Amino acid sequence: MEARRRGATIVHVDPRFTRTSAMANVHVPIRAGSDIAFLGGIIHYIFEHERWFHDYVVAFTNAATLVKEEFRDTEDLDGLFSGWKPDKGRYDIGSWQYEGVGEAVPAAGHKEIFAEPGAGKKRHHPRGQDVLDEKRDETLQDPRCIFQIVRRHFSRYTPEMVERICGVPRADFERIAKTICDNSGRERTTAFCYAVGWTQHSVGVQYIRTAAIIQLLLGNIGRPGGGIMALRGHASIQGSTDIPTLYNLLPGYIPMAHVEHTDDLDTYLNANESATTWWSELPKYVVSLLKAWWGPAATKENDWCFDYLPRLTGIHSHMVTVADMADGKIPGYFVMGENPVVGSPNGALQRKGLRKAKWLVVRDFAPTETAEFWRTSPEHERGEVRAEDIGTEVFFFPAAAHTEKEGTFTNTQRLLQWHHKAVEPEGDCRSELHFTYHLGKRLQRLYAQSQEERDLPLKLLLWDYPTSGPHAEPSAEAVLAEINGYTVADGKPVSGYKELTDDGATACGCWIYSGVYANGLNHAARRKPAREQTWVAPEWGWAWPANRRLMYNRASADRDGKPWSERKRYVWWDAAKKKWTGEDVPDFIEDRPPDYRPKKHAKGIDAIGGDDPFIMQADGKGWLFAPSGTIDGPLPTHYEPQESVVENLLYKQQCNPARHEFRRRDNRYHRAFADPRFPFVLTTFRLTEHHTAGGMSRPLPWLSELQPEMFCEISPTLAQARGVVHGGWVTLTTARGQIECRAMVTERMRALIIDGRRIEQVGVPYHWGVVGRVRGDAANDLTAFVEDPNVTIMETKALTCDLVAGRRPRGAAAHEERVAMDEEMLLRIEEARALDEEGLRGEGPPLAEPTQKEPTG
Amino acid sequence: MEPRRCVGFFTDTTVCIGCKACEVACKQWNQLPPNNSDGFVFTGMSYDNTQHLGASTWRHVSFVEREKPLEGQTTSLGAFSWIFHSDVCKHCQRAGCLENCPTGAIIRTEFDTIYVQPDVCNGCGYCVAGCPFGVIDRREDDGRAWKCTLCYDRLKADLEPACAKACPTDSIVFGELEVLHEKAEARLAELHAAGVSEARLYGPELDGVGGTNALFLLVDEPEVYNLPPAPVVPQKTQGEAWRSVAVGAAAMALLAFGVVATTRGRR
Repeated sequence: MEARRRGATIVHVDPRFTRTSAMANVHVPIRAGSDIAFLGGIIHYIFEHERWFHDYVVAFTNAATLVKEEFRDTEDLDGLFSGWKPDKGRYDIGSWQYEGVGEAVPAAGHKEIFAEPGAGKKRHHPRGQDVLDEKRDETLQDPRCIFQIVRRHFSRYTPEMVERICGVPRADFERIAKTICDNSGRERTTAFCYAVGWTQHSVGVQYIRTAAIIQLLLGNIGRPGGGIMALRGHASIQGSTDIPTLYNLLPGYIPMAHVEHTDDLDTYLNANESATTWWSELPKYVVSLLKAWWGPAATKENDWCFDYLPRLTGIHSHMVTVADMADGKIPGYFVMGENPVVGSPNGALQRKGLRKAKWLVVRDFAPTETAEFWRTSPEHERGEVRAEDIGTEVFFFPAAAHTEKEGTFTNTQRLLQWHHKAVEPEGDCRSELHFTYHLGKRLQRLYAQSQEERDLPLKLLLWDYPTSGPHAEPSAEAVLAEINGYTVADGKPVSGYKELTDDGATACGCWIYSGVYANGLNHAARRKPAREQTWVAPEWGWAWPANRRLMYNRASADRDGKPWSERKRYVWWDAAKKKWTGEDVPDFIEDRPPDYRPKKHAKGIDAIGGDDPFIMQADGKGWLFAPSGTIDGPLPTHYEPQESVVENLLYKQQCNPARHEFRRRDNRYHRAFADPRFPFVLTTFRLTEHHTAGGMSRPLPWLSELQPEMFCEISPTLAQARGVVHGGWVTLTTARGQIECRAMVTERMRALIIDGRRIEQVGVPYHWGVVGRVRGDAANDLTAFVEDPNVTIMETKALTCDLVAGRRPRGAAAHEERVAMDEEMLLRIEEARALDEEGLRGEGPPLAEPTQKEPTG
Repeated sequence: MEPRRCVGFFTDTTVCIGCKACEVACKQWNQLPPNNSDGFVFTGMSYDNTQHLGASTWRHVSFVEREKPLEGQTTSLGAFSWIFHSDVCKHCQRAGCLENCPTGAIIRTEFDTIYVQPDVCNGCGYCVAGCPFGVIDRREDDGRAWKCTLCYDRLKADLEPACAKACPTDSIVFGELEVLHEKAEARLAELHAAGVSEARLYGPELDGVGGTNALFLLVDEPEVYNLPPAPVVPQKTQGEAWRSVAVGAAAMALLAFGVVATTRGRR
C-alpha cells in the first residue's frame, strides 16, 4: 500500500479476485497451475521486443557463458532435457555444464547429493576447480551461449500460447509484460512478490526460477526496488529455513551429511564446498558449528565430532515420513506448532500415520485436530475407526504465545526482529525453548551412566544455557549469542562470519547470523525510528548477512562500479578511497576494485572478479541457466500439475518428470488430464481472518465469528450448471476424500477459456477441521501427496475435483461410498492400462496402482 | 476538567484492505462478546459475517462486490470491483441517541465524543430509535445500550483508539477534528487529481446531524456502503412534528366544530 501511495503500479495475477486484487491497479485471473507458461511468456516478450537490460545481462549474468555441446533442450526432446534417466526417474546433469568446465557448483549444495553425478562421493578436492575456464561470448551470438539457449527455450511461449494455456487474453497479458518492461532498466526497477500460490506445486521451485530469469534479464536483482519477495504465512518462516526445521540442511544452508558418501569430514567438505567464490569458506562454518554444538569434545583429532551428526539415508520429507508412519515404520512423532491433520495434504493419510504411531507429542495453544485425532475425525464419523482401538499414546503440551516468551522473528527480507516477553505464560504453558532445553537436559541425565559409544553425541552435547525464573526458563539471548558465534578461548562474541576459522578457535551456531550479537549487543532488538536514520534504516533490527538490507547489492552499480542511474544509486565504488560504499553495507569484498580479474586457477575468494556480484555462485554470475542446483531441469518448463483439466499444450511430457509420486491405495490420483469424473480445477487458499490450519484462530471467538464456516468460492456459471444456490451446501470430491461446505457464489470467480474450452475453478480455504469453536470439513482431505523434487513441497494449489449441490453422505453411508469409490478405482486402473496401451500421452498409468491390500482407514 | 479537545476518526476507504484488524482490536480492547448470540453463522454477504454495527460490534467492515469498475483499476473480470469500508459510530454534533436519552447516561465528553455511561444506562432503548445511522443497540443479555466509546479510556491515557492503532494501512486515522478535515480534503483532492472522480467525503456535510466527528472518504454513493445519504436526528424534525400535530389538531377541532355547527344547524 505504501508503494502504491508512492506511485507504484500493482499488478495482481491470481485465479480469484481477492482482497489483494481489490487493491491492485491491474488484476488478471489465471488458471491455477499455469504460471510458468505466463512468466515464460514474459521472457518471450522480453526477447521479442528486445527489452533485456543489455549491460547488466552481459556483465552480471551467465548469459554469455557457453554450455556443453551435448546439451539438449526441451525444444529438442519434447519436454525433457538431456540426461533423463527414465529407470531412475531423475536427471544426470553432466550435459548441462559449462563448456570447458568439468562441474559447476551451485549456491547451496545439498541437492546434488541426489542429483549430480559424483557429488557427495569420495573426493580429494572440492568441485569447481576449473570454473574460471568457462567459455564466454559477450556478443551473445554464439548459438550455444546461455542467452541464445534461453531465447530458444522460451520461443514457443508466445502470447497466443499464454492465452491458450493460462486463459489470459492476449491483450491483458501484453499489457502486463509491457508494464514490467517499462518499469525496469537503469532508472526504474520492478519487484515480484509471491506466496504459496507459486510454491505449492510439483514444479514449484521452477516457478520462482522463472521469475528469477525475468528479474535477471531486466536487471532487477541486487538493486533497490527490485528482487523477488516471498510473502510468508508465519512470523518466522524465513527463520525456520535459515536455522532450519528442514531435514536436509544444517544452520546457514550447510548441507546435511549423507550416509553413503561422507565417511569423514574431509570427504564431506570436498563434496560440498566450492573451489571458488564464497562457498569455499564452508569448512570454517562447519567446524565452527561443530564447536558450538560439542564444545571441548570437538577436536581436530576426532574430526570435530563430525561423526556425531545424523546422516541422511534418503528423502526424509514430511510426506515420506508420514507415509512411512502409515506403513508402521516410524514409532514416534513430535508436532510443535503445527496441525498436519488439517494443514498438510491428504488428511486421511495423515491420520492413518498417527494411528500407526506408538506415541505423539503435540505442543500448541489448544488441542488441535492433530492432538485429538484419536477421538474425533472423519474416520470416526464414518464408523471406520473407534477410539478404543487406537494405541497411539498422545502427549499434549500447552504452548506459550509469542507475547509470553522472547526471541527473534526473521522476515522475508532476512530481518531479525527481537520480541520481548510481555507477560508470564499461564499455568503449564511453556515456550518451545523451555521444552526443548529441558527435554535435552532430561535426556542427558537419562543417558549419563550409559557406556555405549552411540550415546556419546547426546552425552557430550554442549547444552548449558543459563536459566531464570520459577520455571527455569532458558535465556533466549544466550542462544542468540551462540548463534552469533564466539572465540572459544575467551567466549567473546565474534563481530561477523569473516572472523570464523576452521581450526577450532571459534564456535558459531549459524554463520549467516554471525554479527547479530557483535560486541555483546543484541542488534536484533534495535528499534531506532525511521525518522532518526537513513531511508535504508540499518539500525532497525538486524539483517543477515552482516546487516545487509539488500543482497548482491554490488549489482546496483555497473561493471565499472558506477551507479546505473542517479535515481537508483545504492552501492558504488569510491575510486578515491578505493573501496565500495553507499547506502547499505556493500555485499562485496570491500576493497576489491571493479577492474579486478582473477588470475587463472585462482581459488576461493580470490576467484571473485570485480564484476561478479553474485559471490555465492561458483562463477560469480546470476544464473539464467542453472547447470546444477535444480533437480528437474536447468531451465523452467511448463508442466501441468499432477492432476490437470488439460493436456500439456507445449510438450508431450505432461507433468514434471522428476516429481515425487506416492503411488499408494491411500493416496489415489486422478487421471493425469481431462478426467471426466473430476472436471474442475481446485486451488486452496487462506483467509486473513484465520491462521493456516486454524490452531491459533479457531479457538478464538473474535476471529471465528469473522469467518465462521467452511465455504468454497465458485462462479455464477458453475453454480448454475450444478444447481447450486449462494450460501447453500455443496459437496466436493476427489479420489482422496469428500467434504461439504457452503457455496460462495461470486463474480470474483470467473470461468476461463483454456484452449477453446470453458474451465471452471473452485477456490477452497483450508482453515477448518473437527475441533475448535468453529468447525468444518478440512480442504486437505481432498489433496494428495505429490512432491516438488527440489524441496519436497506438496501440490495443493492446483488439482482437479468434482462439485455437486447438497451435503455429503454421513456415517455408514459415507463409508459405503468410500468403499465403492475404492472399487471403482480398481476398475479404472484396468481402464487406464488399456488407455496406456492405446498410446495415451502422459506419464505412466494416470490412475494409481494399488500397493497395499488393506482399504483406506 | 481537562481542556476540551475535539477529536474523531478519518476513515479512508480507498486504502482499506478489508483485514478486519480494527474489528478485532476493538473487541479485544473493549472485551466485547462475539456478535452472534445464536452461534457463528455464514451470512454469504461477501466476506462480512458480523453484518452491521451493534451492541457488540463497534467497528464493522463491510464488503461490497459491485458490478462496476473502480476508477484507476482494470480487471479482466470487466465491470467489477470489490470495495471495503470500516464503519463506526459517527459521534454526531447533534447526537440523536444523546438527545433521546432520558436518564443522562449518554453524554458528550471532554473530547467532544459521545459516550454511554454503562452504570447510568437503564436499558430503556430510546437511544436506539434516536440514531439515524442505526449504530447504537441494546445487548440482549444485560439490556443496556452499547456503542463505540472512541476508546474513552485510551484517550484518557493519551493513547489513540484501538482500531486506529491496529489499522496497518492508516485507513483509520485518529486525531483532532480540524486536522482530520484538512487531511480528508487533501486526500480528496489527491484522488480527484488522480482521476478518481467518484471520490467524496461523508460526514462533515450531514446537516441533519450537525456534521460528524467520524469522517469517511468513499468512492460511491453512501447507500452502496449501507450509509444513509441524508440522516436527520429525530429531534430536528420535532418542531415540524409538533407543528403538524398542532395543524392536525386544529383541523380536527375545526372539523369537529364544523360538524357540531352543521348538526346544530340542522336541528
